[in-house]
Amino acid sequence: MFKAKINVQFKEGVLDPQGAAIKGALNHLGFEAEDVRVGKMIEVKLKAASLEDARTKVRTMCEKLLANPVLEDYSFEVAEESL
Amino acid sequence: MKSAIIVFPGSNCDGDCFHVLSEVLGQPAEYVFHKEKFSAGDFDLIVLPGGFSYGDYLRAGAIARFSPAMESVLKAAERGKLILGICNGFQILLEAGLLPGAMMKNRDLKFHCHDVYLKVGTADSPFTNLYLPGEVVKMPVAHGQGNYYADEDTIERLKSENRIAFYYSDEKGRVTEKANPNGSAANIAGILNEGRNVLGMMPHPERCAEEILGNADGKKLFKSILEYLEGRSKIGKIGRS
Repeated sequence: MFKAKINVQFKEGVLDPQGAAIKGALNHLGFEAEDVRVGKMIEVKLKAASLEDARTKVRTMCEKLLANPVLEDYSFEVAEESL
Repeated sequence: MKSAIIVFPGSNCDGDCFHVLSEVLGQPAEYVFHKEKFSAGDFDLIVLPGGFSYGDYLRAGAIARFSPAMESVLKAAERGKLILGICNGFQILLEAGLLPGAMMKNRDLKFHCHDVYLKVGTADSPFTNLYLPGEVVKMPVAHGQGNYYADEDTIERLKSENRIAFYYSDEKGRVTEKANPNGSAANIAGILNEGRNVLGMMPHPERCAEEILGNADGKKLFKSILEYLEGRSKIGKIGRS
């Protein structure tokens, strides 16, 4: 069994309205936030023949469904999980 | 003119679309469940209605686009059949890649449910041929993710190819920042594909297609489709259809 932690984030240059609202709240609390960007963290447990195979599968998941290439970039880490 | 209305889990404007097509226009219409495939030859128009397919999980429209019925929609679009995506239907068309760009949460993060004014960007389409270019119409919007985004090259291309069907405007047709309810790039409310047989729009023409509702501005859109399919529209035939 493998476990993937996938991070999906708006691309640079895409205005993130949630990030802007949170930045406002942080600054209201006195944190002097310069920039806030909200993303998604998705955890997937999957079966695969090898670590390499798992990475290939996760990349395909991101490209097909988990991220929208018009707006979002993705990154991920995959680790083997002992049962 | 025979229409299919695709019903996804979470669609909620399918009944309104069915009513307008079958009762107001008096044309045959059928519901097609998202798990069914259909033959493109059976229908002249395919409507992807508004709603919240799959609860808008992940991104609006992202999961619905993998429905079996969407495979048939992609084939029908390829064959030049008319495809109309309204609200969530527009989001699904974007996710499916039938139209360029993507939707983001509204700029002010609020759900917008009110009437908007729209300036007709082009009358040169099967969906808008009864409108006049530049005409101002009123239609309701009801969405939380209608903030249209595309890169600058795509926006320029949409403009130069006359593919922006509707702009958010004020009552006088001025396309201003103030008249933009959700932050959409270039005030875009609806766009056509390259072949002009696919239209996606956030406002709801099916909710304003009868005089008894106090607004029938949306009826012209459905009548335009009928005029086009029956060969009476001023635009003639597009592409391969």
